Amino acid sequence: MRSELDRPVQRELTRLRVNGEDLELYLPVHKTLLEVLREDLKLTGTKHGCELGECGTCTVLVDGEPQLSCLLLPLQAEGRELTTVEGLAEGAAPHPLQVAFAELGAAQCGYCTPGILLAAKALLVRDPRPSRDGIKEALAGNLCRCTGYVKIIEAVELAAERMS
Amino acid sequence: MLRLPRLRYLRPATAGEAAASLSKLGSRAMFVAGGTDLFPNLKRRQFEPDTLVQVPPLKGVRRVDGHFEIGATVTLAEAAADPGLRAALPGFAEAAGLVSSPPLRNAGTVGGNLCVDTRCNYYNMTYEWRKSIGFCLKKDGDICLVAPSSPRCWAVSSSDTAPAAMVLGASVVLVGPDGERELPVAELYRDDGIEYLAKQPHEVVTAIRLPAPEGLLTAYVKLRRRGSIDFPLAGAAVALTLDGPIVTGCRIALAAVASHPLEVPEAGAFLAGKRLTDETISAAAELAAKPARPLDNADLTHFWRKKMVRVIVERAIRQAATPSTT
Amino acid sequence: MVGKPVPKVDGAGKVTGQAVYADDIDLPRMLHCKILRAQLPHARILSVDTSAARRIPGVKAVITGQDLPIRFGILPVTQDEAALEGEKVRYVGDPLAAVAAIDEETAAAACDAIKVEYQELKPVMSIEAALKEAADEPIQSYPKRSDNIHRMVSYEFGDVAAGFARADHVREDVFFFQGSTHLPMEQHSAVATYAGGRVTLWSSTQVVHYVHRALSKVLELPMSRIRVIGAAHGGGFGGKTDPFAHEIVVAKLAMLTGRPVKCTLTREEVFYAHRGRHPVLMWVKTGVTRDGRVTAMHFRSALDGGAYGSYGAASIFYTGTLQTVTYDIPAYKFEGARVFTNKAPCGPKRGHGTPQPRFAVEMHLEKIAREIGLEPVELKRRNFVKPFSRAVNWLRITSCGLEECTEKVLTASGYANRKRQPGRGMGFAISTYMSGAGTAIYWNDMPHSEVQLKVDRTGVTLFCGAMDIGQGSDSVLAQIAAEELGLEARDIHLVTADTDTTPIDLGSYSSRVTFMAGNAAVEAARKMRALLVAAVAERMGVTDLEEIDVADGRVGEFSFEDASVLAEEKFGALASAGSYKPPRIGGPFKGSGVGPSPAYSYSACVVQVAADARTGIVTVERVWIAHDIGRAINPLLVEGQVEGSVYMALGEALMEEQVYRQGLHKWPSMLEYKSPTFLETPEMHTFLVETDDPEGPYGAKEAGQGPLLPVIPAVNLALQDALGVWIDEIPVTPEKVLRALEAKAKGEPPRFGPRGFPSVPYPEPILVEPPDPADLRVGDELELAFPMKGGGPPSAGAGRSPSPPGPPRAPRVR
Repeated sequence: MRSELDRPVQRELTRLRVNGEDLELYLPVHKTLLEVLREDLKLTGTKHGCELGECGTCTVLVDGEPQLSCLLLPLQAEGRELTTVEGLAEGAAPHPLQVAFAELGAAQCGYCTPGILLAAKALLVRDPRPSRDGIKEALAGNLCRCTGYVKIIEAVELAAERMS
Repeated sequence: MLRLPRLRYLRPATAGEAAASLSKLGSRAMFVAGGTDLFPNLKRRQFEPDTLVQVPPLKGVRRVDGHFEIGATVTLAEAAADPGLRAALPGFAEAAGLVSSPPLRNAGTVGGNLCVDTRCNYYNMTYEWRKSIGFCLKKDGDICLVAPSSPRCWAVSSSDTAPAAMVLGASVVLVGPDGERELPVAELYRDDGIEYLAKQPHEVVTAIRLPAPEGLLTAYVKLRRRGSIDFPLAGAAVALTLDGPIVTGCRIALAAVASHPLEVPEAGAFLAGKRLTDETISAAAELAAKPARPLDNADLTHFWRKKMVRVIVERAIRQAATPSTT
Repeated sequence: MVGKPVPKVDGAGKVTGQAVYADDIDLPRMLHCKILRAQLPHARILSVDTSAARRIPGVKAVITGQDLPIRFGILPVTQDEAALEGEKVRYVGDPLAAVAAIDEETAAAACDAIKVEYQELKPVMSIEAALKEAADEPIQSYPKRSDNIHRMVSYEFGDVAAGFARADHVREDVFFFQGSTHLPMEQHSAVATYAGGRVTLWSSTQVVHYVHRALSKVLELPMSRIRVIGAAHGGGFGGKTDPFAHEIVVAKLAMLTGRPVKCTLTREEVFYAHRGRHPVLMWVKTGVTRDGRVTAMHFRSALDGGAYGSYGAASIFYTGTLQTVTYDIPAYKFEGARVFTNKAPCGPKRGHGTPQPRFAVEMHLEKIAREIGLEPVELKRRNFVKPFSRAVNWLRITSCGLEECTEKVLTASGYANRKRQPGRGMGFAISTYMSGAGTAIYWNDMPHSEVQLKVDRTGVTLFCGAMDIGQGSDSVLAQIAAEELGLEARDIHLVTADTDTTPIDLGSYSSRVTFMAGNAAVEAARKMRALLVAAVAERMGVTDLEEIDVADGRVGEFSFEDASVLAEEKFGALASAGSYKPPRIGGPFKGSGVGPSPAYSYSACVVQVAADARTGIVTVERVWIAHDIGRAINPLLVEGQVEGSVYMALGEALMEEQVYRQGLHKWPSMLEYKSPTFLETPEMHTFLVETDDPEGPYGAKEAGQGPLLPVIPAVNLALQDALGVWIDEIPVTPEKVLRALEAKAKGEPPRFGPRGFPSVPYPEPILVEPPDPADLRVGDELELAFPMKGGGPPSAGAGRSPSPPGPPRAPRVR
């Protein structure tokens, strides 16, 4: 019952655009985007904490909006612009959010950080000077256990200030 | 890492083709739209189809003839942010905006939330956990672990948008292999934790029609432990019309207190013709809370949840009547 | 460098996704491991049939209890765990077989194909049940009892009866603190390789050394043939301080298959690995004089330990011993017991054993104050411990900023003049915590922390076995070395938590790294500086070494690099080492090794809540917290630790609970185990109080655990202030608040909490003569005056002076 090993694996040629690069991959259709990013593309910056949509750790941007890569099939993401934490920097120059997070200690263990950076990036695109409540609302799907969220909120504010 | 089972994945071009696929494959196949409810359940092996049929994009929030028509795959985030909906039907828009968390609402769809699987904390567990406890009636087992002496499953309807749609007298557009039909949302659900939808499994929800008459006041109040991520512990949707201070019409429906979204017509009827005062609101809320039957299968205790129904109904009525103060 | 809020040295890797966590490791030919776990809470294993699993294509190895029969455990006294249980399972989730296969899907299918025949035993799911005669057999046989009591301790310090006799007022209370779990965002993960007769393990662990020891024992390999490397760490909070089954299992599977093997736990398995907060039932009786001075306290605890020992033998002590370094208690009796139940094992979670009594005592004193008509804050203040004093149970207090912390939060919050209004309230509480345990887990005379430095033309490299778990210990070590060598933190290359290349440090638990590894780093760096200074002085023809400034990247008139060349020319390869071992502090009695710490941090907190009498929902609006850090080596990191502690405390106070139903963890998921989101974040005001501890590096003390402790009772007391009800139980759920309000409305005591404390067969207490409160002797001086009698740690007599290292010794030449 637990085993579906007797089922055939449907593989499809899948065209993904990840961090500005166009990729063609031959993928099992049931492998989630999270698994494909980490295991096939070696983009291990995308972390995972539950794989059930409950913690926000695996957040990536799909056409600029945060989504959970553990609940997305690669074929569902075809034709869309995917951004992972590896795609935040402009070449060697880190994104202002990355700078602010590092500077203020908003990343302690750092495990929730990639997902939160991406959710924060989407927020700043939508609202360049978000209020504190706006930041909390936008990041409310991303759990963190280290920081108590305070330094994260401050880092988003600092980045917003520097970017505007 | 929890992973999906091996699956076939079909991408039909139209809703009709999707329905035809499902009709052909029967119980081996399921529809997938945003996947935010389906994928976790698949990973926990609560569902065991071998094929997923993608619901094709059915986008757009349109205002036609005094009602809104929302495509079934409009995301919850899109619905919650739609300016027209927010202005005319804040109750529905808020319900959509209170589902789970921001990233999940960017994928989860309106159609999906209406059809969201009933929940139970004996059921929304991994295969290994369910095997340990001996499986439940809803999946792989013989008895309902919440109410072992009961012949039925008591899993809880956990849609926020369903009661919000119900109080509007909304309907869904269903497409089957043989065509389209419209079904009132009130008739979409059955009082059963397992067979909780009254539509045919192969019928795909393509749109939801929300009547939005002038002057309709709506609200949705959700009770949950945290400000985000959580499913409702209870929810109260209210739609209300006023003539001056007098209530001319009122519908109240509840989320997460039964296996289906629970409309409480007695409460709405009680308010009709009356002024909204502390007393009438309280009395209506008491009527509304009466049929709520939370059980010990969700967060916090069911005694407390039962008590809270009154409170959230009162708050929803007040919020609907005085939208500016919300 | 010291005292500056510089960014963490590992920040860049973490914000770019480049930090490599254990699950990110992907080696050629790597196999994936899944563990089959018990599906019954308590059962004898009759048979395990792996034949069907072995037949599945892609399965490379299947192992069971027979393959790993040697038992292990974090404490020498409780070697009660098996990597895979062969005879008996003791909780749902207990590991009993493991598979290595080409992918996780195959490994999972193989686990499901393993057939286990059980003989069911009656599960024991509560403290009360565990105290009774076991129905069929006890969960663990080694306590050699017919009930399920694991261990009991009993001490009486001073004349408690006399203390109560001279009290004007005596009160008893009962409290319960529900268990909770760490919930690190990263699920535990380990990867092992086996090549050339050597095992290499990368793991998400807080202590590479303890994993190293357990691997050596269970695999029967000398430690020299095992290498344990701490991968980038995704959060611990105490939950990754034990050696775990999966770490041993992947090593064994790598040895059997000759291929790398990885095991990453699922979130559900993380709940089973647990080692979290013990549920503790507590009874406390205190006598006070009319003016609020404590005359005696009697404290009883009963801990629900789950199925295995873990740190439990120490956890019992921690529920009792630190009472006396928070408040000055002239006579103190402590009785503690831990029971086994068929639940995931409890262990050390942030604050290890102390949040529960902290909660109980703060609530209890508040009740006493109200009864005798004294302002609670005033009563507490009258009993604060004094700096540089010795407690009734011999624990030595050095720097203590309780008064300063209290003043800060009272002033900032306006506590005394708060507006009294229904539905809004403030609560005040204090706490203390250890800056590292004074005794090692396994008794020995070696240092607890060692640091080595290498300097050459490529710069400075610091080697230390400590594991940075996100708290920033690497950054602290770098800052210390940089301070002494006149460099920036980013100039120090770090090699940490790798048993092949780094000297042993006992790891990131008990808030020990800044204090202990920090002191070792100070010593190593000062020795290195002396070498550089000596070489530079010689070249400059200066005889007074004091004239050579080491700052801003320069040593005297030379750049650091040129100075290192001079030193290398003079001394050869440049290496230095420092080490730290706490002195003996504990009194001359058996069991005095748990509780002593070279320094205690202090915290005070005011919490403001809004509480809805209709729903019972409590919302924390603002938190003011002051923490006596001794000295903030990096204020930014200290603030981060304080804020994180506050957050974790709020989760525990209001929502987190690890509970069981029908023998199973009720909700092993991140959805149902509630941890606060961004939206539950209150306004936090953090104040750092510096008291310059004489033995801490630059005066520093701990920050990672102490600030959690006062927050929980402060929440309850704020609720009391808001609605007039006492919730004598954690967490404070809305229903409990409503039940207490209902009781209040009926004219009953406005309270929700346990009704009584069960009868526990505590042993006769060990009677201990209190020390002179002014006697601050430690180490050799203490040993000379009060030799350790019978059963104490063998390390007791060997304490070295812990003060910052003196003049450098001769360089070690490689």
